[in-house]
Amino acid sequence: MKRVGPFVLERRLAPSRGAVLGVSLLAVVLALLVAALIFWGYGVNPWHAYRVIFQGTLASPQGWAEVVRRAIPLILCGVGLVVAFRAQFWNIGAEGQLLAGAVAATGVALFSGLPDPWLLPAMFLAGFLAGAVWGMIPALLKVKLRVNDVISTLMLNYVMMYIVEWLVHGPWKGPTARGFAYSDLFPRAARLPLIPGTRIHWITLVVGVAMAIACAFLLSRTKLGYETRVVGQSQDAARYAGIDFLKVTLWVMLISGGLAGLAGAGEMAGVHYRLRSPAHISMGYGYTAIIVAWLARGSPLAAVVTALLFGLIFAAGDVIKVALAMPFQVTDVFNGLILFFLIGSELLMYWHIRWAPKRAASEG
Amino acid sequence: MGWEEWLISTIARALAYGTPLLWGTLGEVYAERSGVVNLGVEGMMAIGAFSAFAVAQSTGNPGLGILVAAVAGGGAALIHAFLTVTLRANQYVSGLALTMFGLGLSGLLGRGWEGVPLKNPLPAITVPYLADIPILGPMLFQNQSIITYLGLVLAVVLWVLLYRTRWGITLRSVGESPATADALGVNVYLVRYLAVILGGVLAGVAGGYLSVEYRPSWTEGMTGGMGWIVIALTIFVAWDPVQAIGGAVLFGALYHLSYRLQPWVAPELLKLMPYAAAIIVLAFVGLGGAQRRRGAPGALGVPYARGEK
Amino acid sequence: MMAAPGAGDLGGNQNSSPLVLLEGVTKSFPGVVANDRVTLDVRPGEVHALLGENGAGKTTLMNILYGLYRPDAGEIYVKGRKVNIRSPRDAIACGIGMVHQHFKLVYPHTVAENVALGLQGTPFFGPARVVERGLRELGERYNLPVDPKARVWQLSAGEQQRVEILKALYRGADVLILDEPTSVLTPQETGELFKVLARMKEEGHAVVFITHKLDEVMEAADRVTVMRRGKVIATLPVAETDKASLARMMVGRDVVFRISKAECTPGKEALVLRDLRAVNDRGLPALRGISLTVCRGEIVGIAGVAGNGQRELVEVICGLRRAQGGEVVVLGRPLTNRSPRTVADAGVAHIPEERLRMGIVPGMTVEENLILKKHHWPPFSSGPLLRLAEVRRFAEQAIEEYEIMTPSPKTPAKLLSGGNIQKLILARELSGEPGLVVAAHPTYGLDVGATELIRQLLLRQRDAGAGVLLVSEDLEEIVSLADRIAVMFRGEIMGIVEASEAELGEIGLMMAGTRSGMGDPR
Repeated sequence: MKRVGPFVLERRLAPSRGAVLGVSLLAVVLALLVAALIFWGYGVNPWHAYRVIFQGTLASPQGWAEVVRRAIPLILCGVGLVVAFRAQFWNIGAEGQLLAGAVAATGVALFSGLPDPWLLPAMFLAGFLAGAVWGMIPALLKVKLRVNDVISTLMLNYVMMYIVEWLVHGPWKGPTARGFAYSDLFPRAARLPLIPGTRIHWITLVVGVAMAIACAFLLSRTKLGYETRVVGQSQDAARYAGIDFLKVTLWVMLISGGLAGLAGAGEMAGVHYRLRSPAHISMGYGYTAIIVAWLARGSPLAAVVTALLFGLIFAAGDVIKVALAMPFQVTDVFNGLILFFLIGSELLMYWHIRWAPKRAASEG
Repeated sequence: MGWEEWLISTIARALAYGTPLLWGTLGEVYAERSGVVNLGVEGMMAIGAFSAFAVAQSTGNPGLGILVAAVAGGGAALIHAFLTVTLRANQYVSGLALTMFGLGLSGLLGRGWEGVPLKNPLPAITVPYLADIPILGPMLFQNQSIITYLGLVLAVVLWVLLYRTRWGITLRSVGESPATADALGVNVYLVRYLAVILGGVLAGVAGGYLSVEYRPSWTEGMTGGMGWIVIALTIFVAWDPVQAIGGAVLFGALYHLSYRLQPWVAPELLKLMPYAAAIIVLAFVGLGGAQRRRGAPGALGVPYARGEK
Repeated sequence: MMAAPGAGDLGGNQNSSPLVLLEGVTKSFPGVVANDRVTLDVRPGEVHALLGENGAGKTTLMNILYGLYRPDAGEIYVKGRKVNIRSPRDAIACGIGMVHQHFKLVYPHTVAENVALGLQGTPFFGPARVVERGLRELGERYNLPVDPKARVWQLSAGEQQRVEILKALYRGADVLILDEPTSVLTPQETGELFKVLARMKEEGHAVVFITHKLDEVMEAADRVTVMRRGKVIATLPVAETDKASLARMMVGRDVVFRISKAECTPGKEALVLRDLRAVNDRGLPALRGISLTVCRGEIVGIAGVAGNGQRELVEVICGLRRAQGGEVVVLGRPLTNRSPRTVADAGVAHIPEERLRMGIVPGMTVEENLILKKHHWPPFSSGPLLRLAEVRRFAEQAIEEYEIMTPSPKTPAKLLSGGNIQKLILARELSGEPGLVVAAHPTYGLDVGATELIRQLLLRQRDAGAGVLLVSEDLEEIVSLADRIAVMFRGEIMGIVEASEAELGEIGLMMAGTRSGMGDPR
């Protein structure tokens, strides 16, 4: 217990809901303030910048539509990462798993020869499986060979990135336009319907929300979810309790990688309709999803909300690029700042601040 | 090309390309020896690369660029140190945030500087007498960077410091058992701050070397994932500064090989070699079992707070 | 016991002014007042025992003196001058040294490196060399021989303790604080330690040793301060008191030293171990051919100083460690090297030594912890789903039956006190009528009330027909609870005796490595 002026600070053993929410909000606000400084340093009036962003994103239905569209892959990846983080599996590889899903979906769309009605479901299934496999490799490596999960998932991002580059410049190369390489365009049956007037491929959105609900259910009401949570909180207790570490890790990464793969399939079938260079498929969705999941603090349902927040940031990035002529990297800066403040403020959640001026206080 | 020439050029280029890996690894080894994991190496290198280029381009002095890069890297590392040591935040996430931030910031600031080659890059040097030795001469002593040689000397100095001095005992003890060091009056927080900042300084130099000598220019993403390789290398070389030389040269050779094999294999597939190699290398470490892992500092990755049970 | 006339400049006369004086020290943590206006003085040339149960506040008080905690109120005086000890560095500068219960050593480093850590005045290059020489000299003077070049993890617990003491002496400690020093020593090593303390008295040092063992106080101390619930109950010369009075002061009521238990009627075998062999985490042999039988309806106690293979024994039986050779047969089923889940499902209850690390998941709720090993059994789950209503019902039942103090079943388990956590673990493990109960240090660190309850629960299991394997460092506990006692030393069983015929001296010898002639493993 400490005294700072008229305030008394007491350390709590577990943070209250209100403290968590309040501190998270504070972190975001502080990040936005620092971002304002960066705007100012770039020669842009921050107030003007924020107004432009607001107008371009939240002030119109089209703006909202873009926010939602950007949030779709974040929802899927984010929910998957929430599950992985709950098992203390540091899946930094959502980016690669998303690309794996994109590759698989493209393969099905262009080469499978399936009849039209089966095309989209098959694409999504293939995307899920590809992402799942790409995610289970590091899981195996971690359990059997103790390979650090951060490094293995990250390295596989780069590996898959170059595989996509190779495909797009090599075997799957289609007609090139303006120096960029693409695969062939998908047939009509392999494209998702959009909400009229927007670019939202709503089927993927529904899938994403459904998955969020399913994962929330999984974590709280199933044996696997229970075992996942035990593994995530105390490996020693998990061993003692006879929980099969390998089984749980593989399942968790199957889900986490699979959901990212679904996101990749969604981007292919709903946005691009072709395989292209990785930087254009995923603008860092996989990495941003890490913050989405972190901010969601372990709740798949909360991840839907936080995904929208970061969808907003991505949409804002587009606006900034066009209206303010600042490069898209500013979103990375935003994201980094928010994450800094989030983790920096966590300690705050454990301190309860009370107003207790010295006169009234007789506590020691 | 005869095998002799092939060997010479491979080792020579391996040294060159291994230089940023060496500097980065030495820094991360020291940070992790104090018990702090810093995943922000990629971001710090990017910041180093950009600031070195910007300063060198505007002042015409590449050496000054490297110096500024070192300071910038240290400054970035300070953020990580503050978050993880003082605020006891999760070290892995903090490092990731630093990488995101560093890559983004350097990309943001670097917009106007792209595509223009550096006016006055750091010149390569050739060591006067040693360069004339047959085979070894052209392999090791021709057209290398002063930063390369400095890196090799630094590796030895850091090794001696780590194992044979009072500071080394302190640093290693803080990483193995901070509670023990604390009970003996060592300022654990200060040691960790210094180690992490040193890591940033060295990573900054690594990045600066890239933009001021190896490929004198600035492009966004020019660090190309090297920071992540550094983190894998730190484990692979068992947190030993001298072994870091071997690891860095190995991966430097790998990078060079991936360039050499281009006539036969698609360039993109070659580019993924180092990343796949990093995983394979770590898998081998895992196969080796408890032996290798014994090198990991006991308290690595765990924030320290006095009195917490 | 009168202190010897002091040597050196510390003047070891019993009536001289105190070396250290703590006055009115108060310290609180969230939810508990650890020290309540404590006043304590330590005189040069004396051995001062700080006596109290677990949780009485003794360690907290000494941690304050050593600078690990800051007091909320109170003053500290060293050699008559008021001092402000903000960190161990300040404490060391004031001449205060501390040997903690869990050694603060860097295990992979050498002895010399450990002593050299943070030491002022050593050369920058190669400090270890200088320290090695100094250690040899110091070791001779105080009779604490140790090899300065050895790596700490290779030393025995007693030798490691010597390193800790030398560390403090090397830094010029006038006052040495020892926290529960005999908990890792055999009776013989304890005797050696007391001789060292006497030597230190002669050299004019003062020693404060924290303990909860009355015998030690009577044997080694000049004065004793008894603490209870954060307050000092009394400070008096040991010559003017006895065990019974000290026990009463320590606990606040008359303490019964022996537990009454029913006659033992062993039935079929609950556990059979044949020639069990295993290695420890470092690859060194930990179990060298253990053969033992525990019958249903009996308690077999494993006595021995920690670190002689008890932990590995428990782990092998429960499936948490591979055995390199030998057999484990549980309730008639061969279960050597099977998974922990198989062993648990076979009816084995495991009360782990490390409550917080292994026994519970601190972040999960009480009710979630209550189903930890049985979550995959009906009624708690059907198919892949958990049945939360059943879990709740079981939790409410267990909380009532075992008197677990918790605001609600949904409280995170880490908020519970140590005693309640252990009750939770017992509630979980003992439900389902296990045939074999493996209990490792079950009452370690608990207050008297919880300790008594847990001992009663174990006896009740035995009376109900389960076999109980009890591993404990508390010899008194083993002697009072067990029907038969097996003593482990360096991975082997030195001998097995009937508890009713057990003699502490004989057991002590076995704990130190002398094999007993009698006793059969059955």
